[in-house]
Amino acid sequence: MKHTISVLVNNRPGVLARTASLFARRGFNIDSLAVSTTQDPDVSRMTIVVDGPDAVLEQISKQLYKLMDVIKVLDHQDEAVVNRELALIKVDADASVRGEIMQTVSIFRANIVDVADRTFIIEVTGSADKVDALAALLQKYGIKEMMRTGRIVLSRGPRTAQRNG
Amino acid sequence: MKMTGAQALIESLRGEGVEVIFGYPGGSLLPIYDVLYDTKDIRHILVRHEQGAAHAADGYARASGKVGVCMATSGPGATNLVTGIATAHMDSVPMVAITGQVPTFAIGKDAFQEADITGITMPITKHNYLLTDAKDIPRVLKEAFHIARSGRPGPVLIDFPRDVQQAELDFEYPETVDLPAYRPVLNGHPKMIQRAAAVLDAAERPLIYGGGGVNSSNAQAELLALAERADIPVTMTLMGKGGFPEDHELCLGMPGMHGTAYANYALHEADVIIAVGTRFDDRVTGKLDMFAQNAKFIHVDIDPAEIGKNVAPLVPIVGDVKRVIGELSKKAARTKHPEWLKTVANWKQQYPMGWKGDGLKPQLIIQEIHRATDGKAIIVTEVGQNQMWAAQWYPCRETRQFISSGGLGTMGYGFPAAIGAKVARPDRQVWDIAGDGSIQMNIQEMATAVHGKIAVKIAVLNNGYLGMVRQWQTLFFDNRLSHTDLAVGTPDFVKLVEAYGGVGLRVTEESQVRDAIDKAAAVDDRPCLIDFHISRDENVMPMVPAGGTVDDMLVD
Ligand SMILES: Cc1ncc(C[n+]2csc(CCOP(=O)(O)OP(=O)(O)O)c2C)c(N)n1
Ligand SMILES: [Mg+2]
Repeated sequence: MKHTISVLVNNRPGVLARTASLFARRGFNIDSLAVSTTQDPDVSRMTIVVDGPDAVLEQISKQLYKLMDVIKVLDHQDEAVVNRELALIKVDADASVRGEIMQTVSIFRANIVDVADRTFIIEVTGSADKVDALAALLQKYGIKEMMRTGRIVLSRGPRTAQRNG
Repeated sequence: MKMTGAQALIESLRGEGVEVIFGYPGGSLLPIYDVLYDTKDIRHILVRHEQGAAHAADGYARASGKVGVCMATSGPGATNLVTGIATAHMDSVPMVAITGQVPTFAIGKDAFQEADITGITMPITKHNYLLTDAKDIPRVLKEAFHIARSGRPGPVLIDFPRDVQQAELDFEYPETVDLPAYRPVLNGHPKMIQRAAAVLDAAERPLIYGGGGVNSSNAQAELLALAERADIPVTMTLMGKGGFPEDHELCLGMPGMHGTAYANYALHEADVIIAVGTRFDDRVTGKLDMFAQNAKFIHVDIDPAEIGKNVAPLVPIVGDVKRVIGELSKKAARTKHPEWLKTVANWKQQYPMGWKGDGLKPQLIIQEIHRATDGKAIIVTEVGQNQMWAAQWYPCRETRQFISSGGLGTMGYGFPAAIGAKVARPDRQVWDIAGDGSIQMNIQEMATAVHGKIAVKIAVLNNGYLGMVRQWQTLFFDNRLSHTDLAVGTPDFVKLVEAYGGVGLRVTEESQVRDAIDKAAAVDDRPCLIDFHISRDENVMPMVPAGGTVDDMLVD
């Protein structure tokens, strides 16, 4: 079962290493990881996608709380969230297929952000499924390079992951 | 007050009431050692290897309940602490380790004697710090000691670059810590305690299974009250030894791999087990899904992550053992379990602890040390057969009386830890129960003990083997004794100790045992080692093979 968790941490050097090292040594697998600053300059937020049964998720959360710099751990399992990933995809785009690709891109509400003689770079944001689907459709033209970010998540509605929330 | 970083460190240690530092100097610590030159109120004990400093600080902490402090220079000094820090981490021992570091401007440049010790110790410390600004020193020291001793205790490392030691700051030691993300839960949830009491009241075959948390939270009185009030037999792990008086009729001794048969049968048959300050280690449970299959669990621990890690309890209680068991002992009904206690008593009779054959027996030696010291010595152990015999044959009545590397199983731990324990408790006899293999791993600390006039006793149970490994080879590898025979090359321990300026004695026959122990007891100004030449092929019994169940238990 894939879980998306948010971890609020003190914005200090070494915090990412501490967190990553915890996952590694306890044998928890990270599917994706995104880290950024937040509205509070002292606090960073990580979104981590992990795969495992509920009992393992509970262990992960408890082990994370043992790190001095971890302020809050939130499992988004049972709530409505907005989740996004961003991907940059460089595809072969000969004149013969450009039109087709542009159509596909616009259906996905993605953007072509670089145009060269024989290639496009396409930027797409959305859920992991959406990014997967577009990548699958572009496969047949030849994907030369692809990078995607880790997932980021916010709870829908007024709920926040504040320190004491 | 204006002062240097090095002075601020020592001032902070004063603020924490530190009495002793176990340390070893080097280039990156010169400013701190220069301040120590004039420091008279904090004792510095010069070890002979930094591993010894870490274990001594650990032994000091376990014997006293205070935070142990060790110090080493950057690079190799710091890495030499690593085994000691990992040992303390596994056994939840409060410790602050201070390491010198190359100057901040040189960090990351592969400078002479640079090692990324905060990176290296990340997984084996409760927390660690790299000081980069002298003004952080008082806050970091305050936090480090607080983190080390509160909640589930553990080691904290502070890496101290040399230029930070020399920088000036305005020193004021804070009274409180500000760690909003760190708030250990001390009081058990009243509803959960109520539920635990109800489960306990309904139990027919209850059992207390206690661990190191009983000792670290000083909960002996509370545990005794609960056991007596609700008439519950008690088994205490290696780490919990002394947390319940072992001469008490409810005491079943140690569970697990080399535990008593009756403790293991009791675990197997119990219908309710109260696990107290313990973590269901594989050396206790054997095959986890076969462990205590008939029982529901009440699990009390200060670390929420321990609850549900290995076993899912019916009643989880997060909190300080002393407080939770104190409450529970008031809520639990006064009951009697005559049937159950009779069953347990029968097991005790049917499967008593003992030994067979002749020759100089290690079990008898430990018993004799017990008798000679009136059961009041602090017993520290190395690792291997010696450790298990010490645990089995030296019953302890007091908390913090038995000190052993349980989680990491570190050979070489015992002797330096005994030095630390003796420094903490000079009023007590401190005995290191050692093996001929283990004692050679930190034998250099003999110089530390002689130099510091630290009168520890060492009983080497000399079998000429890495005995515990030899035992496994005998039992499970067709007696193919691959690289476990130490007979050739082991030094004459008596001469060796004498060379250091300590006292050495040798015992080869049973008739000499008591006399040697009494002679050792009388030495009060230097270390004394007794080299006991025990019968070589003795095995530690009973034994539940790794990953096994009570049904697989070997008894001889
Ligand atoms: C540092 C370290 N290395 C290796 C081991 C593995 N080991 C466990 S017990 C043991 C033998 C210990 O020999 P000795 O100290 O003579 O004790 P005995 O078992 O003979 O009483 C060994 C090698 C260990 N526990 N620690
Ligand atoms: Mg041996």
